[in-house]
Amino acid sequence: MKGEIFQLWVYLSATPLFCLTATLVAYLAAVKIHEYFGFRPIFNPVVIAVTLLVVLLSVTGMDYSTYFDGAQFIHFLLGPATVALAVPLYRQMRKLRMVFFPLMAAILTGIISGGISAVYIAELLGATTETALSFAPKSVTAPVAMGIAEAIGGLPSLTAILVVTTGVIGAIIGTRLFDLIGCNDDSVKGVAMGVTSHGIGTARAFQVSSEMGAFSGLAMALSALFTSMLLPWLLTLMDYL
Amino acid sequence: MVTITLLLFYQLCGELLARYFELPVPGPVIGMLLLLLTLLARDALAETMEETAEGLLKNLSLMFVPAGVGMITHFELLGENWLAISIALVISTILGMVVTALTMKLLMRSNRG
Repeated sequence: MKGEIFQLWVYLSATPLFCLTATLVAYLAAVKIHEYFGFRPIFNPVVIAVTLLVVLLSVTGMDYSTYFDGAQFIHFLLGPATVALAVPLYRQMRKLRMVFFPLMAAILTGIISGGISAVYIAELLGATTETALSFAPKSVTAPVAMGIAEAIGGLPSLTAILVVTTGVIGAIIGTRLFDLIGCNDDSVKGVAMGVTSHGIGTARAFQVSSEMGAFSGLAMALSALFTSMLLPWLLTLMDYL
Repeated sequence: MVTITLLLFYQLCGELLARYFELPVPGPVIGMLLLLLTLLARDALAETMEETAEGLLKNLSLMFVPAGVGMITHFELLGENWLAISIALVISTILGMVVTALTMKLLMRSNRG
């Protein structure tokens, strides 16, 4: 009996179908848990789903690359989903035209303050230069951030984790922080969310309103654009490169 | 089906442009800007794409899960430095959010007045 189960596991772990299904099941469970606790930001679906899957991988001893063979089909959807942001953005076009200049200025100041402070604090707390540099692009969407990390001499795989963690932190604290500083305009909240917490923040913003989501998506796209152009130059200016 | 095809087509165009001109910008972001221009030129298209686009964006969280599980490969580094990493990330995220929100709010007010 035990031998048969083992054989079955050997078959299952070799097919992408298992990890793909496991990822979807973990996500649906996470969404249910999130819903059960009244959509409180602290029960972030990404965190819950990742935790469930990390436990699964640790228990079964499956390595990450085997897991990713199956999960890559979901990872792939990030591309088309980014393109799809054009639709809600189109719906907000009139408002976007009205706030174009403040929006651009806010994104630039946000990138600089968020990115540079992360590098400084990491170094202050004893991180090596290589690790500290991996913090610089942490507010940008994962694929872009990894490319930037490589270009400036950080560790791309570490950056990917910092990116996801930053997104989760922003998604969790964002709405409360905006209340605290007396910010109640959905376009402003969306931009601040997108600049600091990219897609994970955008997912959270869409829960609040489609206006906040659209602006978060736009801010995420523009900050990916600006960060990849600005960051190498900024770090050179600071004598890091 | 039309929407999915269009989304992939624009992503492909974006990737090709990024490659060809060696842009530092990711392909999907260029694809998004191209689609936005198309929508501005052809209003009816937004109606067609609305439902699928919305469905995809509603589940945006799901798409970060595979990358998130990647933390398993850095457990040691994270385990030793989790406090320092958390402090750096939390403070810089708060700072970035407050600076972004206040800059935009202030400039919007002065724009109006």
